[in-house]
Amino acid sequence: MSEASTIEKAGGGVATYVDQRTGSNKFLARNLGKVFPDHWSFMLGEIALYSFIVVLITGTFLTFFYKPSMIEVVYDGSYVPLKGILMSEAYASSLDISFDVRGGLLIRQMHHWAALIFIAAMAVHMFRVFFTGAFRKPREFNWLIGVVLVTLGLVAGFSGYSLPDDLLSGTGLQITRGIAQAIPVIGTWATFLLFDGQFPGNDFISRLYSVHILLIPGLILALVTVHLMLVWTQKHTQFPGPGRTNENVVGYPLMPVYMAKAGGFFFIVFGIIALIGGLVTINPIWIFGPFMPDQVSAGSQPDWYMGFLDGALRMMPNWETNLFDWWTISWNILIPAVIVPGILFTGLALYPFIEAWVTGDKKEHHLLDRPRNNPTRTGFGVMAITFYGLLWIGGGNDIIATSFDLTINSITWFLRIAIFIIPPIMFVVTRRICLGLQRRDRDKLLHGYESGRVLRLPHGEFIEVHEPISIKEKAVIMSKTDITPLPAPERRDAAGVRNKRFHLQNVQHKLSAFFYAENIAKPSAAEIEAAEHHVAHEAALEAPLHNYEDADQISAFHGGVLHHPGMPQTNAEQLAERTQA
Amino acid sequence: MKFLAAHRRSPLFAPSLLTIALVSVGGAYAVVSSSQTAQAADAGQVAIDEGNKLYLTGCTSCHGMQAQGSVNGPTLIGVGAASVHFQVATGRMPLAAPGAQAMAKEPQYSADETAQLAAYVASLAPGPAIPTAEQLDYEDADIAEGGVLFRVNCAQCHQAAGQGGALTQGKYAPSLMDATPQELYEAMVSGPQSMPVFSNGTLPVEEKKAIIAYVSELQDAPNPGGLSLGRLGPVTEGLFLWTAVFAALIGAAVWIGIKAR
Amino acid sequence: MSDLTPHDAHVNAPERLGYSPVADVPHALRMADTDPRAARRAERQVAAMFMLSMLLTVAFVIAYMTIDKTSIIYIPVFGDVGTSTFVLGLTLGAAIFLIGAGAIQWAKKLMPDVEVVQDRHELASPASADQEALANYDRGKAESGFARFKLIRRTLIGALALFPIALLIPLRDLWTAPAGSPSPADLLSVTLWHDGLRIVTDPSLTPIKPEDLPIGGLVSAIPEDLEEVQEIEGNMNARTKAAIILVRMDPADIRAQQGDGWDYQGIVAFSKICTHVGCPIALYEQRTHHLLCPCHQSTFDLADAGNVVFGPAARRMPQLPIGVDEEGFLVARSDFAEPVGPSFWERG
Repeated sequence: MSEASTIEKAGGGVATYVDQRTGSNKFLARNLGKVFPDHWSFMLGEIALYSFIVVLITGTFLTFFYKPSMIEVVYDGSYVPLKGILMSEAYASSLDISFDVRGGLLIRQMHHWAALIFIAAMAVHMFRVFFTGAFRKPREFNWLIGVVLVTLGLVAGFSGYSLPDDLLSGTGLQITRGIAQAIPVIGTWATFLLFDGQFPGNDFISRLYSVHILLIPGLILALVTVHLMLVWTQKHTQFPGPGRTNENVVGYPLMPVYMAKAGGFFFIVFGIIALIGGLVTINPIWIFGPFMPDQVSAGSQPDWYMGFLDGALRMMPNWETNLFDWWTISWNILIPAVIVPGILFTGLALYPFIEAWVTGDKKEHHLLDRPRNNPTRTGFGVMAITFYGLLWIGGGNDIIATSFDLTINSITWFLRIAIFIIPPIMFVVTRRICLGLQRRDRDKLLHGYESGRVLRLPHGEFIEVHEPISIKEKAVIMSKTDITPLPAPERRDAAGVRNKRFHLQNVQHKLSAFFYAENIAKPSAAEIEAAEHHVAHEAALEAPLHNYEDADQISAFHGGVLHHPGMPQTNAEQLAERTQA
Repeated sequence: MKFLAAHRRSPLFAPSLLTIALVSVGGAYAVVSSSQTAQAADAGQVAIDEGNKLYLTGCTSCHGMQAQGSVNGPTLIGVGAASVHFQVATGRMPLAAPGAQAMAKEPQYSADETAQLAAYVASLAPGPAIPTAEQLDYEDADIAEGGVLFRVNCAQCHQAAGQGGALTQGKYAPSLMDATPQELYEAMVSGPQSMPVFSNGTLPVEEKKAIIAYVSELQDAPNPGGLSLGRLGPVTEGLFLWTAVFAALIGAAVWIGIKAR
Repeated sequence: MSDLTPHDAHVNAPERLGYSPVADVPHALRMADTDPRAARRAERQVAAMFMLSMLLTVAFVIAYMTIDKTSIIYIPVFGDVGTSTFVLGLTLGAAIFLIGAGAIQWAKKLMPDVEVVQDRHELASPASADQEALANYDRGKAESGFARFKLIRRTLIGALALFPIALLIPLRDLWTAPAGSPSPADLLSVTLWHDGLRIVTDPSLTPIKPEDLPIGGLVSAIPEDLEEVQEIEGNMNARTKAAIILVRMDPADIRAQQGDGWDYQGIVAFSKICTHVGCPIALYEQRTHHLLCPCHQSTFDLADAGNVVFGPAARRMPQLPIGVDEEGFLVARSDFAEPVGPSFWERG
């Protein structure tokens, strides 16, 4: 106790000292009890944040040893198969980090794994936000920041991948140069500016280094800060459940539970990254050898997040236009490497605004949508992921071909066609599945779930007993908001004045009708009441047959809610029960 | 992969050495028989005759009665003993079934029979011979130089770590992880199937030795960074990330969300 | 929630702070809430994790100081791995992981697990704030005279619009081209190759006689003076454009070439740099004479003038005309007739 009070006393002293100079206690007073809702999917963004912190820590360590220089040196480190070979100082220092700095390989591998996790976690976090509609008002800015963060993450990752100057990373740079050179009008000049002349030049590694360790991380850090401040002020969204409304937050206070859980999760993510960094090889640069512009390895691939670009480049037909025999437009590069990613990321950034316009929805949303309750949005999401996934498969088609006895040519042809067919199919299928789930929800709400107990009534009729669903499930299902599509606009208003915005409004109306097409309506209050009577009636019929308590479906937990239809147990009862036992 | 390589090494190393020894002896006989004594020449002739018999029963349907080739298979005149030994000792020939390319499998002929077949084909016209023990002695070769040569000449198809890679229309460059020094040498001089020929004129024996030394280094190389993931590069790394790593991370997140009992 | 019977005062702490637990939801008590022994157990569990973490950190330090950085160890499943990296990763990872696991276990078992409710407040500012902001803005506008002083306003806008140009202009020298340097397009259009320049093997720099290269043979080659040029230029720019492959095929197999008699007795020379985005290519299949790019799988037919047969490359692979010099070694007969490598705007 005395130890705790000593710590408290010291802490209190510091708090007072700081408060007198910053007014920090006002902030603490407001925020130490701030409530955060609890759900595993809310931790995906945390994975991204924590892996980014690990990237910063390990990256700083690496900068102490790495030399961003393309000057040629003769390697004289401990890795025998490269001894005496001419290579850039960048590659030699990366080898030194891997073989001659104790713990260096661990840190390098942690850095690389953490970077892969960072981008992947951002993607998964984005999926969660998208499919639950968390991007809706008032969180559109944060969605935009997120899209920029993902983009910056790609640049950060790619610039890091290119620094060791091994054969694999150099091949990536060579491709980058080819893509940059394909940009119409300015491409050739832009490439010469990037590389200080022709590829590979003498300076690119050091330039990339400033981008990688200063420019991009600085931007990411700034944007992450804004991202988190917005989450803080807007308060986190929550999933529907009992007592959860659009006007409140239900969860645990920052101090102590959320602090312990979020803080603990940081160490868990950090620990997992350290374990993988020590136990699983990533990017064994010593195997690839130093970069030479005229050498290449089969299976030269970028890291996972760039795979979609490589796949797009591979499946593109070889179109090129020659203007007046004077200028060249390389559609075979522009479309897959510039236009398609451009559309993909622009669409991503604009989606919240497009959806808000189509639905005409201007309300604030703090209660999350269940993906099934918005079939069109969910369908779009799955369609986009499928599209991306097909490009991704293209990026690994050689490994797939050799692993599964296929030919790269047939995979490429399959993908060239599938990229237009499979995503729309996935859209339709996803929408149907969502609507099916909505119908099931409605049935559950009205008729309860089927208990599997068949009852024979005195007059000989057999019925299956339906149990009412739990309070929690009911609250979740009832959270669905029924929205009606925007009405068709009038050509002229009542006074006969022409509606100048008719055509635009008509488009909006049609899209809105498409967006909400076939949505299953939530049952009305009267329907629910009638249904409850019916279930109660069945229960009454069954009651005399056997003791209801004995048939108790073992108190199953649903997120802390005791699932025990009809008869909630109070804490006092639970305590009494346990004291007896 | 590593485990396989290590596993393969111990039980098969002795037999493969034996094969090398036997075949080298057989091959040497076949090649130098003309300058040998009458007795040795007789022994060489016996091998050729035996090889001819084996050829007539096993190879003619594709390569023709006189090894002149047919629509089903190329001519064997001038391919040399090295080519025959490579194809037969690795089980690629005889072909199991027509396909994009012949695959390595259990050899169908014994070491002796292989040597006889090689002797027969070598007798048809001069061609690359089976390497001598001296040509395969890579003890003193420079591994680092071998690495450079490997990356210039081999990595484009067989991948930087020698794991192999895809070619067009379902053909592929096989993994080199199980290749013996003799097979490597023979493949380079004979250019089996899609593989181009790396003649001693443009890639001297010393450089071949360096390449062999580097490949055997790759075969035995430990993984300083831990689990190798097949040394296939970013594709398997990405796969590992999206399966094992995310299972662990999301598993932890779910654990945090579950109420304690 | 009236039926909450907290075993400990801290369960109610949030309530004292003005929050209320969720109504209507029965709350399941945990073992540690009702059984002091279970609570003690949980406490010991958490402490054990923190303790183990400390031990593992010590183990990390010891491992760092004692394990030889080059040593290799066999670990089942993992194979032969670097001892140092493996042990350091294992101890560091577990030490950090256990801090997290301990904290979370603490939160789950011993901290209150009653969810609390907090109200959200409207994000938009109240109307009074809007008016105040507007009033302040108007006052500032009036006091500065921004609306009145037209000349000041316009010159300020002009100055602000112009000065970023001064920040951007110096980027021009990202490419420090010497005075009179050819344009980028011209630089991309020439290579080291010229009439009579010997073709040598890479990396051994051996001149090549036609008889050294059998049918089906492949050689990666460079110009004889490349190393010298690299030495002078201090980079590999020349190599990126000049790298070639030589292959020899049966002259009867050659269906077309980019120029009449550009081969030498069935030996043809092609650029090694892909015309798509510039990967080096040497995946030559001697049976089909196809050349495959490992990056994006463009396929070129070397027996048919290097034309594209598959994949995203739009242009054929440039061919280098070759012959032999008086000593019988292979030489180039001119530079490439078209720029090598990926397309660019001015290429035409």
